[in-house]
Amino acid sequence: MINYVYQLVSPQVFSVKYEDIAFEDKVIIRPKYMAVCHADQRYYQGKRDRKVLRKKLPMALIHECCGEVVYDPSDTFSRGEAVILIPNVPGEKKSGIYENYAKGAAFLSSGRDGFLQEYIALDPNRVVSAGTVPGNIAAISEFVSVAVHAAGRFQKLSHACRDRIGIWGNGSLGFVVACVLRKLYPESKIIVIGRNERKLTYFSFVDEVYKPEELPEDFAVDHAFECCGGEGSYTAIEDIIRVINPQGTVMLMGVSENRVPVNTRDILEKGLLFVGSSRSGREDFEKASEFMQDPMVQNRLRLIIYEDAPVTSIDDLHRVFHNDMNTPFKTVFRWEI
Amino acid sequence: MIFGAILAGGVGSRMNISDMPKQFLPLGDKPIIIHTLEKFLLCERIDEIYIGVHPNWLVHMEDLIQKYVKIRKEQIHIVAGGGDRNTTIMNLVDQMEKDFGSSEEHYIITHDSVRPFVTARIINDNIDTVLKYKACDTVVAATDTIVTSKDGNVITEIPNRQWMYQGQTPQSFQINLLKKWYYDLTEEEKAILTDACKIGVVRNAEVRLVRGEVSNLKITTVTDYKVAQAMVGGNLID
Repeated sequence: MINYVYQLVSPQVFSVKYEDIAFEDKVIIRPKYMAVCHADQRYYQGKRDRKVLRKKLPMALIHECCGEVVYDPSDTFSRGEAVILIPNVPGEKKSGIYENYAKGAAFLSSGRDGFLQEYIALDPNRVVSAGTVPGNIAAISEFVSVAVHAAGRFQKLSHACRDRIGIWGNGSLGFVVACVLRKLYPESKIIVIGRNERKLTYFSFVDEVYKPEELPEDFAVDHAFECCGGEGSYTAIEDIIRVINPQGTVMLMGVSENRVPVNTRDILEKGLLFVGSSRSGREDFEKASEFMQDPMVQNRLRLIIYEDAPVTSIDDLHRVFHNDMNTPFKTVFRWEI
Repeated sequence: MIFGAILAGGVGSRMNISDMPKQFLPLGDKPIIIHTLEKFLLCERIDEIYIGVHPNWLVHMEDLIQKYVKIRKEQIHIVAGGGDRNTTIMNLVDQMEKDFGSSEEHYIITHDSVRPFVTARIINDNIDTVLKYKACDTVVAATDTIVTSKDGNVITEIPNRQWMYQGQTPQSFQINLLKKWYYDLTEEEKAILTDACKIGVVRNAEVRLVRGEVSNLKITTVTDYKVAQAMVGGNLID
């Protein structure tokens, strides 16, 4: 079958690559819903280093996607089953090393074609059942799995006093991390620190919200999640180091294009633990899917999802990327191409 | 029910590059018709697929299905085609009704076997449209100026391009409506009206447009074949 792969060939220019898909050992999925990530937007806008663009393009964008199985030679899934797609290609297996960080690990939509395709062929172990999660919410499963992964590592690495957990950043990542932590630690106080007052109002299920300049004098947290990225990384990390209690764990999750100076003196003095956490593996996708079966979680996630009109042409794709620039959180769209 | 109807009755006389009908020529790793068939097989909304093949090539078609097709084999039916396009379609309709009876709820999505670049979107749009309006044709807006000439020497007319479209396939119909149109035709009309949608148009019926794709090309000439090979990055076989 000749498959249409919608590649970004240069910023804001898509072109179709026609590729034969063989009916062999891979599961074939018809994508239903997709979500735009900042990483996709950076490629689309040409906001990556020119060397990176030259190396990675042409490439199909999008790594957040759910769909329906249309062919599965492994009989793991039934035909028509709603599934979540895993964009991570595992690296070499080594005890104690997560598949997403292992040497040789790759990522679809970063150097390899992502999910902007008519049909997608994946190994059965790169597909997870979506259960009853509605498509427009299942679309952001990859995003949720990243939060689940971070929460899992936090659980293993942080000391047990988790009375106050701070989340820096009131964007989509901060929101999803807050959702996951709320469920995982119902007894803890979850505190969100963000610059955008309007976005902070969405966090009705956490215990406290602050703008960074309005933190009380005696403000402190036991642990922190940095979910800002970009220009916001520096001040967030600076604030975290200042207000965190000794031996706290800091989960770094925001991606920054530039290098960020950090106050190592205070990190040493407080004995802090910094953990880099990005991406996720199969186990995290399974947990994310399980987490998202809860209607309460679905309703919360729905708050940050803007569903754009369906995509039936390349013109529609441009529209989605333009609209995404003006939506406060996540943009999802039905894939009908 | 929704029936896919893949029209592969041709014997490839225009191609001159092979004795084999063009739908059986390789494109990438498999014959053109297999690519086309696979797109239909992956569409969940299509219940059964009928292929109209020239009688001399029935066995070959069956062999190809055994060799290449991995899914829904039991839903593929091979039928001998007729002398022209519409006869082939009606042969397929006869077989569909023998197998599944006649119903107002039966629809047929007819498609050229030599258009392997058809997309899931085009097929789905055909289904949505035919369910609502009973007849539709897949088209793309004309980009070249269309010039008509009745004697082949002098321009008769240059119609306004904004009204011009190029017809592709699928063409889709409610089966009972198509039968009514076709069996009302005289033998003379049947010889002239080779396009199923045109029968509807001359009957003043409403045939809806579905947006096609320029890439949904029909592999008819050697040049088309080379273009198609280049599109999938395959080797040229001359």
